[in-house]
Amino acid sequence: MTRRIDTDVAVIGGGLVGSSAALRLRGMGFSVALLDKGFCGAQASGVNYGGVRRQARPPEQLPLSQRSHAIWPRLKALIGIDGEFLRSGHLKLARTEADMASLEAYAARVASFGLDLELVGHNQLRERFGISGHAVGGSFCPGDGHANPRLVASGFAAAARRAGAEVLENTAVTGAVKSGDGFALEAGEVSLTARVVINSAGAWADQFARDFGEPVPLQRTYPSIVVTEPLDPFLGVNIGMEGGGIYARQVTRGNFIIGGERARPLENPDYSRPRSDGVLAVMQRASELFGGLRHAHAIRFWSGTEATMPDNNPVIGPSSTTPGLVHAFGFSGAGFQIAPGVGEVLAELVRDGRTSTPIEAFSIRRFAQFGGDKHS
Amino acid sequence: MSARANPLIVGAGPAGIRAAQALVAAGLRPTVVDEAPRCGGQIYRQPLVDDGRDAQSRYGSEAAKAERLHRDFAALQDRIDYRPQALLWNLRDGIADIMHDGAHQRVAYDGLILSTGATDRVLPLPGWTLPGVFTLGAAQIALKAQACTIGTNVVFAGSGPLLYLVAWQYLRAGVQVAAVLDAAPLSAKINLWRGLPLAPAVVLRGLKMAAELKLSGTALHFGVAGLRIEGEARVERIAFRSGGRAHSVACDGVGYGLNLRSETQLADLAGCAFRFDPRDRAHLPVNEASGRSSVAGVYLAGDGARIAGADAAEAAGERAALAVLEDRGLPYDVARAAALKRMLQRIDRLRDVLEAAFPYPAHWADEIADSTLLCRCEEISAGEARQAIKDFSLSELNRLKAVSRIGMGRCQGRVCGGAAAELLAGETGRDIASVGRLRAQAPIKPIPFALTSSDQTNEEQHDEAH
Repeated sequence: MTRRIDTDVAVIGGGLVGSSAALRLRGMGFSVALLDKGFCGAQASGVNYGGVRRQARPPEQLPLSQRSHAIWPRLKALIGIDGEFLRSGHLKLARTEADMASLEAYAARVASFGLDLELVGHNQLRERFGISGHAVGGSFCPGDGHANPRLVASGFAAAARRAGAEVLENTAVTGAVKSGDGFALEAGEVSLTARVVINSAGAWADQFARDFGEPVPLQRTYPSIVVTEPLDPFLGVNIGMEGGGIYARQVTRGNFIIGGERARPLENPDYSRPRSDGVLAVMQRASELFGGLRHAHAIRFWSGTEATMPDNNPVIGPSSTTPGLVHAFGFSGAGFQIAPGVGEVLAELVRDGRTSTPIEAFSIRRFAQFGGDKHS
Repeated sequence: MSARANPLIVGAGPAGIRAAQALVAAGLRPTVVDEAPRCGGQIYRQPLVDDGRDAQSRYGSEAAKAERLHRDFAALQDRIDYRPQALLWNLRDGIADIMHDGAHQRVAYDGLILSTGATDRVLPLPGWTLPGVFTLGAAQIALKAQACTIGTNVVFAGSGPLLYLVAWQYLRAGVQVAAVLDAAPLSAKINLWRGLPLAPAVVLRGLKMAAELKLSGTALHFGVAGLRIEGEARVERIAFRSGGRAHSVACDGVGYGLNLRSETQLADLAGCAFRFDPRDRAHLPVNEASGRSSVAGVYLAGDGARIAGADAAEAAGERAALAVLEDRGLPYDVARAAALKRMLQRIDRLRDVLEAAFPYPAHWADEIADSTLLCRCEEISAGEARQAIKDFSLSELNRLKAVSRIGMGRCQGRVCGGAAAELLAGETGRDIASVGRLRAQAPIKPIPFALTSSDQTNEEQHDEAH
């Protein structure tokens, strides 16, 4: 039996972006259906590393990132849980003088955005931050932090449900077409009509973009995360490394969460698993950087599926082909921090047709020359 | 000689030993990886140091089987690549990641026999984390392999044949057995008569044990519920309901277990399909009578595939090895394969009887108090789990793990996963089969960061030319 739903807004994809948009839209009084082919928050939003970081983002992302920055401390009021958000600060390390120079150049370039970056010398790394391995210096962003991705995305979806959004899990959208002034969606046993559609389908968003004549060069990437047993607290900040290779944080319970390599997809590319050589390499780097990890155990690895664009910027904004369709995907492994801000921006776009936050750099038009059809 | 890699056997219990023996007999040289320092698995576990006891006093009625397995495996030493005290912590695409002597090894394999065995199944009780509380299996290992007891005045509680066996072994070892608390009503034991024609010796031995316990003055209670283990710093007594009355028995040790659960993580990592098994009340890897899983080249044998006991494990290990031979195009004894199949079918009928006589008290899950610890690694109470189920409108086990951390700790849900599934099913009014199963992730057991400092490449193509 097909169930019919008529709604103002249909959100395809219950990740952090879709869920936070759904919650905000409910706050504005719109009726919302939030659809996910699996469970809300179970993909990239729930399995990313958990960094809540503005530092190291390209300048064009910083206004949006700052908007989101204001939301994180208010999670408890917004969704009922704090998501284990800790404003710990984010310390980006430099392995070499050349890397340090690029951190200095970045600090100068984004000085006007109010990140309050502090350049830190070699001696302070050990004294202030307990970094025992080789690094020549770093850049510290005191307002950044980290949170528990498994809780935050699920928390937004649960809050949206409580606020009256129709949350449809295990409900894959199999067809979405323009119909009159709005859209008609087919999703298993459910048939929807909606005035507006938000495509926040993450690594699966390119299918919907293509259906509306906007192929994009989206690629799937798979993070590879190592978790230790709980250890005495000795790392108070979220750590990154210029040039990549390792990032790490220690949660309140004491576990270290460490990344720095990519996982490999399984036969079904919706799923992936960390590679053994990758996790061992990350464990090696981590124990060089933090002496306290040398005698620790890894108890768990995880991976997930993220959507990455060639320029590492997301696609956010109205469709270039279809009025009423709004895209928000392709966060390229850096979506967690800005997603709640994106949710607000999407809700503004639905209500007002525009937003107070500059998002032109993320327009899908930048991929207009992409001949995606030949890949389909 | 072909250029194919050697088959890999995981586990050197009864299934792994018989599998190795059959492969060697056919001219293959299997790699055998086992976590224990000596072969035998849990049931025929050997002592770390000689304690002067002979096999009869260690293994009782099963001494002859134990000795045969130990001897047969010892005879294979020159013809297998045996790696004791080795943890296989990940596998993929014909390569196993193994921690052996603190070093990381990558072992290529062609044909994988998983004989990973079982651990005790438990449901949380108030006080189950107090010092002095052991699983039945652990209580037995203490006695068998370490010549220790878990107390001087001990209560055994739960369900399953092991309940009476361990209690009886403790009695024989001179320990005061204060009580045996059976979750099943006495009437369930009537099912044992159906087992008589299938395995008269097994059934009669069990009845004799129960009789000897009774004669020794051990209190036997049936249909117990509401178990509560109490004590300040350690176990002091156990309280329970039975026959409409509240009881309390003083003790300094508790052995507790609800039969066994299969160790299926490696089958999951190997990509095997799973299905719900009503008898074991668990999702288990799909397994043909031959031991073939849903994945070509991956075979399952013994309690790791489905709980069937040690005799079945021996037969299933050998049967899986014959399937490996057949799939490699090597000659194998077809008549022997058929005989093993019949033997396994007969034991399977006996398992149905035992499960009816010693049923799993799934209804205990509904009684777990909110304050009782459900996940002991991550210290999550049943109440916190119930709250998460409500707050996040959960209906699937991996989502419960994601938001509550149940099953995220050192044991990766091997201890609490079954209980969490029961709780989720009960809270949401769903069937246990429909709430899913915890997906396995590497490492299947914790691995040290120090592992990374060892040479990672020396074993890359180990023995591949055989």
